[in-house]
Amino acid sequence: MGTTMTQHPESKDSQAEKKPGIIRVEGMHKWYGDFHVLKDLNLAVDQGERIVICGPSGSGKSTFIRCINRLEEHQQGRIIVDDVELTDDVRHIDSVRREVGMVFQHFNLFPHLTVLENCCLSPIWVRKVPRREAEAAAMEYLERVKIPDQATKYPGQLSGGQQQRVAIARALCMKPKIMLFDEPTSALDPEMIKEVLDVMVELAGSGMTMICVTHEMGFAKTVADRVIFMDGGEIVEEAPPSEFFSNPREARTQKFLQQIL
Amino acid sequence: MSESTIKPPKKYTGPVKWMRTHLFSTWYNTLLTLVVGYVLITNVGPLLNWLLFDATFQGAGPEDCVGEGACWLFINQRLNFFIYGFYPDELQWRVDVMFALLAVAFVPQFIERFPGRKWLGIFGMTGLPLIGYILIPGGILGLEAVESSKWGGLMLTLILAYIGILASLPIGVLLALGRRSDMPIIQGLCVVFIEVWRAVPLITVLFMASVMLPLFLPEGMSFEKLVRALIGITLWQSAYMAEVIRGGLQAIPRGQYEAAGALGLGYWRKMGLVILPQALKLVIPGIVNTFIALFKDTTLVLIIGLFDILGTVQSTIADPAWQNVAIEGYVFVAFCFWVFCFGISRYSQNLERKLDTSHKT
Amino acid sequence: MKKQTIDSRPAGPKPWYDPRVRALVFQVISLAVVCWAGWTLIGNTLSNMESRGISTGFGFLDESAGFGIIMHLVPYDATMSYGRTFWVGLTNTLLVSAMGIVAATILGFLIGVARLSSNWLVARIALAYIELIRNIPLLLQIFFWYFAVLSNLPSPRQSMEVGGALFLNNRGLYLPGPITPEGFGLVWGAILLAIVAVVGVRKWAKKRQMATGKIFPTVKVSVALLILLPLLAFVIAGLPLEWELPALKGFNFGGGISLIPELAALWLALSLYTASFIAEIVRSGILSVSQGQTEASKALGLPNGLTLRLVVIPQAMRVIIPPLTSQYLNLVKNSSLATAIGYPDLVAVFMGTTLNQTGQAVEVVAITMAVYLTISLLISLFMNVYNRAVAIKER
Repeated sequence: MGTTMTQHPESKDSQAEKKPGIIRVEGMHKWYGDFHVLKDLNLAVDQGERIVICGPSGSGKSTFIRCINRLEEHQQGRIIVDDVELTDDVRHIDSVRREVGMVFQHFNLFPHLTVLENCCLSPIWVRKVPRREAEAAAMEYLERVKIPDQATKYPGQLSGGQQQRVAIARALCMKPKIMLFDEPTSALDPEMIKEVLDVMVELAGSGMTMICVTHEMGFAKTVADRVIFMDGGEIVEEAPPSEFFSNPREARTQKFLQQIL
Repeated sequence: MSESTIKPPKKYTGPVKWMRTHLFSTWYNTLLTLVVGYVLITNVGPLLNWLLFDATFQGAGPEDCVGEGACWLFINQRLNFFIYGFYPDELQWRVDVMFALLAVAFVPQFIERFPGRKWLGIFGMTGLPLIGYILIPGGILGLEAVESSKWGGLMLTLILAYIGILASLPIGVLLALGRRSDMPIIQGLCVVFIEVWRAVPLITVLFMASVMLPLFLPEGMSFEKLVRALIGITLWQSAYMAEVIRGGLQAIPRGQYEAAGALGLGYWRKMGLVILPQALKLVIPGIVNTFIALFKDTTLVLIIGLFDILGTVQSTIADPAWQNVAIEGYVFVAFCFWVFCFGISRYSQNLERKLDTSHKT
Repeated sequence: MKKQTIDSRPAGPKPWYDPRVRALVFQVISLAVVCWAGWTLIGNTLSNMESRGISTGFGFLDESAGFGIIMHLVPYDATMSYGRTFWVGLTNTLLVSAMGIVAATILGFLIGVARLSSNWLVARIALAYIELIRNIPLLLQIFFWYFAVLSNLPSPRQSMEVGGALFLNNRGLYLPGPITPEGFGLVWGAILLAIVAVVGVRKWAKKRQMATGKIFPTVKVSVALLILLPLLAFVIAGLPLEWELPALKGFNFGGGISLIPELAALWLALSLYTASFIAEIVRSGILSVSQGQTEASKALGLPNGLTLRLVVIPQAMRVIIPPLTSQYLNLVKNSSLATAIGYPDLVAVFMGTTLNQTGQAVEVVAITMAVYLTISLLISLFMNVYNRAVAIKER
């Protein structure tokens, strides 16, 4: 487990030190009341690794990545992100959230702020960056997601694909070490999926540590270092994409792949 | 498959967990719980004692109210007055019949799947007012006449609210249609009418009805005080009703208007057969809410000298024979209103939730 | 060739089938009916007034009123004019409305937030309060406070007192009143200076944050400035303030500030009643901000306090403000219930006593209604401006 595979030619630059186990999940359980949603999850992710999590709906994959920045709390086991263990301690939670960016299925942009203000909000108030610097940085990221011309508009004036790209730029503005994607393309019209995936592929190429919950199997094949299949709150199978798609071991995985491909 | 039998750790389930998250989650929540709990415990006991355990329910007269608690005996003895006002005792069966019919017509509306509740509702809006119009004042069909100055108490409160809402409904519909119409003069007249009535307090309307209405009428023509109040209430209420109905008209999708137009229906048929039935169904919760507001506002008529339920109580608590029964009197009226308003508002909330879901799917 | 003009329009229908003609006729008829009704009413009214010997016109406003009013904010005595009674009533209405709006807003927001508290007990009590208070008629609540609670207080001679300075009895609430001699001007100056300083600090702090990213504790410094500066001036000027204590004179108290029981009961009832509606508005406003918004904010690393301040409250306020202003309008209108317990508001004084004495119902009612109409128009004007300013941009 946890062998870093660097198949991507672009990832040679930025990553000077490759930190092993930047995310460590050990024997983690979660219940909603008496309902056991996540059962004994174990996972270690190295810096620069790209993980894709897939599985049928209700398998707990979204809940799992939401535990990694403590949007959901776990009740047993440990989650350690960048050497900080997630407990009830608010300071730990805040420091983890500063380093972990998240992109949601429904974008969750702030409708009362412009695109640029959305991007600058957290750098200004959390990282205490001067406004001009924050705006300059935000414009860079907006250029990277190819919508610098929309900076002064409000989210409600953009298409779904544009909104999701703004959401990615907003998360990147905090210069996170890790990016979590919670079904980023599920709420999009088909013609907009590609523009978002392109941005994600480009981001993967830059060496960002990424965990994506997605049904986009094409994305998983080209980008992922490992694919994780979850069902019924458990990790059923975990393998590099080449192996996962051509030669799945578990019956449940095979069944899922038949349905989806 | 591997259906897990592991239970969550004890810390996270059961009453202990419930109390930890709901009462003692942080230090200030703990403090709040303790303070509020203390205040509750020290006050609920004495309050219950006053209301029930030390209270006097039975007895012959004021001299029996000697205990520490409330003197419900007072309510007991004056109940007839609080319900019927000065309506003659031997004719009160007529009011009782109306109460019963009202209950028959409207209580089933709260019970889903009650057979024929729609027809009962329609009866309550059409036939029942007619029966009431004959039964309560009398004077025809061999019924002894009872003039309106003798009506009072709960009965008067219900009459005001019931007639106010019934009469304002059609006027409200017309005003709403007028405000949505594309004829500028009609629209302007309706906007002015609605906005003026909505801007002024009900008291000024009632004052106006009782002082100015007689001046407006030709000489020799006059209305009883109750009728004047009803006219004022109806005009005022119809402005609010119009706004509620306008909300419903706006919620009907454009396609419905166009479809009805495409069927070749003229304006009145289009509205009457297609748009209004849908819009009115949509705004039932809104109408119920305005009814609750009106029901509470009917108490204002005591200011112009009518004896509604609050008026009857207000006029008897000053009776020197009874020592300090003001609180008992007010608690009694408050309880009557609360039961009505809370029950009806619950009903309209349920309805709203149902309409909400039926619209989304 | 014969030139033919081609009229692209179909031949016009007969005028009585043309919807535009019909609409016009219909409108003209309705206008005529309204005018005729108005004309008849005016005619009836004039002849009725003449036969009853009621004069018309606004001349009565200059006549001497000849009745006393128990509370007035503008100077008044019985020799002054009916026009003056209008101002006394209006200022009293505005006073109780303003007091009610402030108290109801504070209480309503507290209860609305308590309703969403994670503390089960607190949330339940807030719910019980809302459901109890808003389902009981306001007039009944006013009566309760006035006749059942305040009237049952002891008489002035047996007043409840706190330290010989604060007295409560069935004639009202009496507080020590400040007397401000010469040197007190310095304190006013300091208060003014503090306000200017706070505005300056806020501007400077915002500018500095934009430039360097440093966050300045603006709120704490502002509060400190507002308290410390006047206090300092007060001490420097040699504590130039005397308090006039209320004292029993004959059968009642004199001196100090007094709050008559009518005002107290009305204020209490209006505030408590309106607060229950405001609480529901606040609750639904906060709930209208979706879970996703707070999650996104937290995921960006914003701590709870900043999430509330930067993400939840700005969005909730857009939902809260419109119904909130209409509650304020309701409160102003409801303050007219004053007349039931004899608090001298506009309706009680002007539409009550003045109307009864002069008999000039039409003029008095028209003036009173015009006042409420103006207030309501001003508030809806404000609402429109506000809505346009904050409307969330959609395409």
